[in-house]
Amino acid sequence: MGSDLSFSLNLFNYYEAVSMLIFGIGFTVLLLENNLIKKVIALNLMDTGTYLFLAAKGYVNGRAAPIITDGAAQAEAYVNPVPAGLVLTGIVVSVSMTAFLLALTVRLFLRYHTLNFDEIIRLSKKEE
Amino acid sequence: MAAVQNFPFVVIMLYLTGGVVCSVLRARAAARYCLLLNAAATVLMAMTLAYTLQSGSSYIYLMGHFSAPWGNELRIGPLEALMAVCFCGVMLLTLMGGMEHIFEDCEPGKINLYFGSVSLLMSSIVAILFTNDLFTAYVFIEISSITACAVIAVNYRNGAALVATTRYMIMGLLGSGVFLIGISMLYDLTGHLLFENLGAAVRAISEDAGTLFPLTIIIGLFSVGMGIKSALFPFHTWLPCAHGNATAASSGMLSGLVLKANVFLLIKIFCRIFGLESIVSHHVPDILLVFGACAMVFGSVSALLERDLKRMLAYSSVAQIGYIYLGIGMGTKAGMEAACIQILVHAFTKPMLFCAAGGFMSVSGGSKKMDALRGAARRDPLSGAAFLVGALSMIGIPLFAGFATKLNLTLAALALHGWKTWACVAAIVLSTVLNGLYYLRAAANLCSEPEQPDPKAEPVHARYSWQFVTSMCVFIVLNLYLGICSGRFMDAIHLGLELFS
Amino acid sequence: MIRNWFRSLYHWAEEGEFSAAGEDQSPAEQEESSVCLDESNAWLAEVRSDEGFVPRFLSWLGTPAAAALYRDLYRVFAAVICLTVTIVLLVTVPFLPEFGNPDNPANNEVSERYIERGLEETGATNIVAGMILDYRAFDTLGESNVLFAAMCSVAILLRVDRKGKEANIPEIQVWRWDGKANIYLRHATKILIPVTMIFGIFVVLNGHLSAGGGFSGGTILGASLILLSNAFGSKRLEHYFSNTVCKWLTFAALMAYACLKSYSFFTGANHLESGISLGTPGALFSAGLILPLNLCVGCVVACTMYSFYAMFRSGGIEDGV
Repeated sequence: MGSDLSFSLNLFNYYEAVSMLIFGIGFTVLLLENNLIKKVIALNLMDTGTYLFLAAKGYVNGRAAPIITDGAAQAEAYVNPVPAGLVLTGIVVSVSMTAFLLALTVRLFLRYHTLNFDEIIRLSKKEE
Repeated sequence: MAAVQNFPFVVIMLYLTGGVVCSVLRARAAARYCLLLNAAATVLMAMTLAYTLQSGSSYIYLMGHFSAPWGNELRIGPLEALMAVCFCGVMLLTLMGGMEHIFEDCEPGKINLYFGSVSLLMSSIVAILFTNDLFTAYVFIEISSITACAVIAVNYRNGAALVATTRYMIMGLLGSGVFLIGISMLYDLTGHLLFENLGAAVRAISEDAGTLFPLTIIIGLFSVGMGIKSALFPFHTWLPCAHGNATAASSGMLSGLVLKANVFLLIKIFCRIFGLESIVSHHVPDILLVFGACAMVFGSVSALLERDLKRMLAYSSVAQIGYIYLGIGMGTKAGMEAACIQILVHAFTKPMLFCAAGGFMSVSGGSKKMDALRGAARRDPLSGAAFLVGALSMIGIPLFAGFATKLNLTLAALALHGWKTWACVAAIVLSTVLNGLYYLRAAANLCSEPEQPDPKAEPVHARYSWQFVTSMCVFIVLNLYLGICSGRFMDAIHLGLELFS
Repeated sequence: MIRNWFRSLYHWAEEGEFSAAGEDQSPAEQEESSVCLDESNAWLAEVRSDEGFVPRFLSWLGTPAAAALYRDLYRVFAAVICLTVTIVLLVTVPFLPEFGNPDNPANNEVSERYIERGLEETGATNIVAGMILDYRAFDTLGESNVLFAAMCSVAILLRVDRKGKEANIPEIQVWRWDGKANIYLRHATKILIPVTMIFGIFVVLNGHLSAGGGFSGGTILGASLILLSNAFGSKRLEHYFSNTVCKWLTFAALMAYACLKSYSFFTGANHLESGISLGTPGALFSAGLILPLNLCVGCVVACTMYSFYAMFRSGGIEDGV
């Protein structure tokens, strides 16, 4: 290992780079933002980044969506179906997570009348 | 195919449908159904364990009509079966031990949903243990994180529990996001999702120097993702709140089972996809070792400073998770074995401690504070005995379960070279001393005479249900059994890990 | 030095107990304990006034200034972590295979077989449907249970028991406001509802033939239910689609899903013939189990979507009158 260091870098993976950027933005906002609603949006942003990444990885230049219309199934004619399935699963998971996080937000708001999470933590410590 | 080989699949499906069935039952019926389900699962898993130990090999169970690279699969070996039987059994005992508190803490109309969530949680844990497919593991991790949050949130009249759930949820989402990116990248590099094919593909591409960097990053992403989910040291901030504010049974199952399922998945990824030697060459274990050692010391110090019994136990979980990562971080077979036995030891001990803490709380006016709990063990001797056994086990006194971990970890550490030996041994010794300090202080506080006995107040004494008595007694016996016969467990773990690679 | 440190550490941890000791006691006891308290406080003061760094640091830890500093440190730490994660991910991208290249490792024998033999092995012309409901059906079973788990946990948090204590809390009353929609919405809904419902059912039924399936079709159906309840009020919808109906529909769909898939998993693992005919590719009744599975998924998703909406709007679907 390491003896042969000649490898090529694909500097034109724009889609992947953008998806990683979106993921990074979502990750940062989810961790650092105080507003709970913005946290939920950030979660969706983060997941969208991942789906864009997967969708980009499934695409093959010049090929069609994998729905066989003429009965002839050639692997050269269609894009990779696996990432599409993974994205579908991921979307359902993120819908569930969003619903749960929003439900928590509703409960917290009903109790503390604010959406600022730092403030909520402070108020809940004061309660004890 | 022998009938017994179907059992893991049967157990997963029973638990999955159990969640649905509980949602239409009434509270008591759901509780009974859930207990029955766990008992049945424990028996079925024990039979699977016996089968795999007898045959000394593992087998593949196809989930559908398509084999390896195309369809989903389960893989059942001695280690997975051992974990599964322990987890199902611990879940049963935890539910029995915390049953009264569940009925006190939940709203009456939502108790069936609690048991539905518990059932789904167990299905996800068993599926994570057995699955042979990385993406299936991700889906079930998500089920486990959402149901784990639900079993804390069920206590939502307590504001702290709500806040704790939110923090847990956010950290869990960060962890699973990172993990999913790791899966996507690995899929992109290899084109596979099943462990065996991934392993072969990773070996094939690691010849190419260009993949060295992305592979290191992927291992790092998996470690960070699972590290967040299992509360490894710098990411542990959510754990004390979450485990300290949930109802007793929830705290027990979260610290005993949910964290462990994630760690076990990481072990599986390390051993079966990348291989131990390759992992060591990427230097990721060294980082895990350092964080594990930090967790052991830092968790213990935080527990020492804590004045709330349940939060003290939760910080102790941080330290105990550190032991597991210390074992993984050694990067040797012996270290992995020690990590696996620590998973079992902690799964047996911590739920018992949390259930005992629940018992203390109910004879002390529901307070978790050390001052209010003074003398609680006199009012509730059974919980007191269980707490003492748990405390001695966590400290690592011989004959108790915790000793098996400390012994195996120390032996594994002594077989290492250079700074690692000293770091590991120092961390183990320091953590043991600190464990002793705070557990014995807590035990002394619980056993001592209350300072100002109020003559007018009725002395509160514990009323035991048969479930609580059974649970505590079986936990104590299991703890001693694991401590005395740890050799048997080690043999099964050794065999299972051999079959991993 | 070290002994002193340990003593102060222990003392700091025990501090709350000393201050809490003086209540509800007979005067003699109180005096005694207050002497104790004074002594210990004097000792504490002595420890605190000690020139050692650790005791002063420990006493400083409890102040708000320390909390603020801790929070700032945490934010800096978090920002550094986020930046690191983003940069590392961006740096990794050039090392990954090229975008859209047919020779990428992901386009291997796995996707090849899904495309080339998917039609004959699953009977579905929509390869993705064949993949998620037949080849990798266990994932999808887990996925629909994630939705169900979310429904349970949202119900745990938001469901309001009409006869329970919470029903009279003013905030929940306001929250349960159920207004009457204006005339435009009602007329538009009358036109849109048949179209969306039929479109949703079409998408569910055609999951194995064209783009669509249970998840997308179920979402469309759920959306049309939400529209209906917005326009005509939830009471009228609950007359047909009550909590009981929703609960049992979800139960039946998930159980049917689990049973059908269990049969297929069981026969697959034990190398038995499943005995389910795949039919003519392209026909509506083809592709074996995929059509009934899509129906089940559609039911679950529609019920889940609508009950999410109902729980956020007013604490759950009510039982119809």
